[in-house]
Amino acid sequence: MSTGTLLEVEDLSVRLRTARGIRLAVDHVSFSIGQGEILGIAGESGSGKTITALSLLGLLPGGSRTTGRVVLDGRDLLTLHRRELRSVRGRQVSMVLQDPMTSLHPLLRIEVQMTEHVRTHLAMSKDQARERALEMLAAVRIPDPEQALASHPHQFSGGMRQRIAIAMALACEPRLIIADEPTTALDVTVQAGILSLLDQLRRERGVSVMIITHDLGVLSSISDRLCVMYGGRIVEHGVTREVLGSPRHPYTNGLMQALPGASGTGVPMRPIGGSPPSLDDMPSGCSFHPRCDYAQVSCSSKVPPLRPIGGGRLLACDPDPLAPDRSEPSSSGAATSVPVPDPLAEQVP
Amino acid sequence: MTVADSLPLDSDAAPPGVEEQLDRSDRAALRPPWRQPLALTGGLVILAWIVIAIFAPLLAPDPPNSQFAAPLLAPTHQFVFGTDQLGRDIFSRVLYGARLSLPLAALLVAVSLAIGSLLGAMAGFFGGIVDSVIMRIADLVFAFPGIILALAVAAALGPQLRNAVLAVIVVSWPSYARLARSLVLGARTSEYVTSARLFGSSGWRVLRVELGPNVAGPLLVLATLDVGNAVLLLSGLSFLGLGAQPPTAEWGAMVSAGAQNFNSWWVGLFPGLAILTVVLAFNFIGDALRDILDPRTARMLGK
Repeated sequence: MSTGTLLEVEDLSVRLRTARGIRLAVDHVSFSIGQGEILGIAGESGSGKTITALSLLGLLPGGSRTTGRVVLDGRDLLTLHRRELRSVRGRQVSMVLQDPMTSLHPLLRIEVQMTEHVRTHLAMSKDQARERALEMLAAVRIPDPEQALASHPHQFSGGMRQRIAIAMALACEPRLIIADEPTTALDVTVQAGILSLLDQLRRERGVSVMIITHDLGVLSSISDRLCVMYGGRIVEHGVTREVLGSPRHPYTNGLMQALPGASGTGVPMRPIGGSPPSLDDMPSGCSFHPRCDYAQVSCSSKVPPLRPIGGGRLLACDPDPLAPDRSEPSSSGAATSVPVPDPLAEQVP
Repeated sequence: MTVADSLPLDSDAAPPGVEEQLDRSDRAALRPPWRQPLALTGGLVILAWIVIAIFAPLLAPDPPNSQFAAPLLAPTHQFVFGTDQLGRDIFSRVLYGARLSLPLAALLVAVSLAIGSLLGAMAGFFGGIVDSVIMRIADLVFAFPGIILALAVAAALGPQLRNAVLAVIVVSWPSYARLARSLVLGARTSEYVTSARLFGSSGWRVLRVELGPNVAGPLLVLATLDVGNAVLLLSGLSFLGLGAQPPTAEWGAMVSAGAQNFNSWWVGLFPGLAILTVVLAFNFIGDALRDILDPRTARMLGK
């Protein structure tokens, strides 16, 4: 599916200025997105997903510092001048925000909102931009594009608004769309429609998509590869089917078990205890260790490196309690007694 | 959604119409302006004054500065409003006064609105040092009673109508700045602004395209309410001798002449009435506009 790397993120770190000082919100994150690929980024709120996305486009709140490299088409976005960066935003890389109820301007007609950036980026006339907008609305399957252009956002349902937001994101034919929780604010039935729309756009237009979500169920259906983030770090990375089929990181495993869909397999839904750490109170060592069922003493002192574990997968967990060769309990019975639910309904052990 | 939420829970009766849910004051606020007697009166009065201002030379029996009658004649058939201490027809002078006060007040408000809302929007949008500097200056102006500061400015620049106008602008822009700033601050962090930035809009563009519509309504209401104020301030300066200079037919200056000829009540009364009607009319319109454009405030005020 992918014919080359579009975006290469290397060693991206983001320091945010909070009320209590400077905090590391994204900690040496690296990943890449191929052309026409869908990359999922998963994790609870506060795990650094959205900050990562915003930092790619240089839109972090004031006082924050970003280091590392974000290479798009051979250009490092982090070194670009403000004006150059503006020409990337919306043109090369677009973003779809979480809540379509608030991401569209309530007072402006759809036409104004959809043509504004098209006219600046592509130097189009009003009429050309309007044509483009109509075409995009049709592409996201809005029933009556002409009528839609003359309407205000409140005249549409949530799903329709998200379609419009996606149409806006598509309008300048960007290479990459970052969708930040694109379906979280929507009904489950509408979710499926939006996801299949993104999938279709990827196939028809070759757009790469980066989907940020806390819902592994969303990713299981469409993403090619998957990064699981926790506490600002990537803890597990790999092809979606493999990661979800046999999660190796205890956190990924916990997320899987917390999926309501897992109850269909007869296993009761099991939430991860505790709550994600705040930036002001990041645990030492592996930041997941206070909540981890498999935590060992060493976990609290040493940060596990993200290391390859074969098959293109990366894992940041030193004890690696879920490794396949340990699937039969040898000494510590607690480690693997819980079967892993599989949303892809492949062979369940 | 909100309408549905406010509906009573007993669903035995047919669902009552929205109309019945609103109490009397709400309905009054939602009525079109031409059905609100006060707004209608205000509109008609302003319209009348605008017509008078335009056609003053045709309507006035005499030129404003001609002195052919006896001084201080009480109102008669020939001089409807009487004559002043120099034998000028007060009726004509009041009509001509509209040519001065109305356009100047409109200009004043327009300029203050432009300056104030631009500075305020910048303060709210860019924040930091820009915000601090602009708003501290605004606070400085607010700290003085308006008329006193205007007096000081006009006195410093010299008693001239043009300087009086400048003085009024100096004291009136901060209220627009404050309103514009608070409106921009409220909308700045909304997702649609983030979204616009994500699509590559520059700061100025966001200010203009995304935030402009949010700010325009309340600012226009304030401006309408302020026209009356501007008329009052300007006349006040002229009354104190810092605005229009004789022999200009200006209402404030004419009232001042009336104060010096206290036994001839007509000299001060009629220009004073002119000021009163204009100010009142603009306030009526401003109130009605506020009710229409911002029903929430109207409801909060519990009117």
